[in-house]
Amino acid sequence: MARAAVRGRLNWTLGEVVELIDETPRVRTIFLEVPEWPGHRAGQHVDVRLTAEDGYQAQRSYSIASAPEDGRLAITVERLPDGEVSEYLVGELRRGDKLELRGPIGGYFVWEARSDGPLLLVAGGSGIVPLMCMLRHRRASDGTVGARLLYSSRSWDEVIYRDELERLAAGSNGPEVIHTLTRSQPPGWKGYARRVDGAMLAEAAWATASMPMTFVCGPTSFVESVAGGLVLLGYPSNTVKTERFGPTGG
Amino acid sequence: MGYISRGFRGKRASDREDARLPPGQYLVDGFPVLSAGPTPHTPLDEWTFAIEDETTQLRTWSWEQFRALPSEDIRVDIHCVTKWSKLDTTWVGVSIDTLLEGVEHHATHVLAISEGDYTTNLPLEDVLDGQAWVAFAYDGQPLEAEHGGPARLLVPHLYFWKSAKWVRGLRLMDHDEPGFWESYGYHIYGDPWREQRYAGD
Repeated sequence: MARAAVRGRLNWTLGEVVELIDETPRVRTIFLEVPEWPGHRAGQHVDVRLTAEDGYQAQRSYSIASAPEDGRLAITVERLPDGEVSEYLVGELRRGDKLELRGPIGGYFVWEARSDGPLLLVAGGSGIVPLMCMLRHRRASDGTVGARLLYSSRSWDEVIYRDELERLAAGSNGPEVIHTLTRSQPPGWKGYARRVDGAMLAEAAWATASMPMTFVCGPTSFVESVAGGLVLLGYPSNTVKTERFGPTGG
Repeated sequence: MGYISRGFRGKRASDREDARLPPGQYLVDGFPVLSAGPTPHTPLDEWTFAIEDETTQLRTWSWEQFRALPSEDIRVDIHCVTKWSKLDTTWVGVSIDTLLEGVEHHATHVLAISEGDYTTNLPLEDVLDGQAWVAFAYDGQPLEAEHGGPARLLVPHLYFWKSAKWVRGLRLMDHDEPGFWESYGYHIYGDPWREQRYAGD
């Protein structure tokens, strides 16, 4: 196991909101200029802290969406029902506002473009965010190792980064992008139209002999079922890295 | 106080609950799941729990033997480093005091060892005197695999990653050594009341 170098304390630092993009009706990307950002690796996250006028504070962790090579830091946030931080970030935050940030955090759910083996990414809903960071990192570093994304969304309108994924897939050495739409499909849809299951994984996943590196991110039940399904296909447990988010009210 | 977030009001916990929330934490009703990889499913007849030192296995239990040990009902608040806290969780488990009874050692620390090479380090004194258990039931039911079943460590006074899921043994150590998350930038000790989330906090 890699031992991280001893490092100093991670300090809170301010980032300024320079752009906001609504990805879907419930999901927004926040681009930040962070002068003191120490850099990150694809797959890491960042803590965001909000402070009310009376001093009350709330913190949450968000996956980083921007590639390490990008000049601006981006997080993509899904508005959760009753989410005290996500409602603010998606509904209230404006350009010119600042956010307190601390990171990068995490070092296991991380992919480097120089890694061996093909890359398999399996995303459920907003679980796409850290995986998109990996795909952006792969493109920014002209990565040539094979990459495949299996991405489960409820409907075509809820596919986050839809246009960019199409552009990435069409580019030279682009990743294969396979969508499944679980609740509703546009007219003429020829792709998958069900939850990710063993049969879909068997069709979409790389052969185990090619020693893929796999990252799975999504809601708990999704990750449980996908990671379990990959193990049944013969993927060694230690090559399947997972990140889960439950209905935490965040 | 930090930078004031224009227009942020927040949703505060009630005063009574607030006093039980460490800094930077928020309350959840559900039980979020966080783990680094696929959930292992070890059949109970292959499950063992071991106490070892750095060279020797000192003691082992089969599932049946482990379950025959005296166990305790536990009601505790738990605090995850990812910011959620859950109050009044109920568990049943075997105290580490019971598991270490009569074991001779000169340890200062323990390394909890789980299925799939996951480890976490703790000072020995933090797992003694009724502060830590190997828990096998949660909320009146056998502990589910996704929450660490059949048995997980429970050390509620530290951030919850120290309560290693799928725990299979404790290694008695004469020194401290970072475990899995501790090697990836998380705090070596992890006291939620001092907000020791990341290395150097």
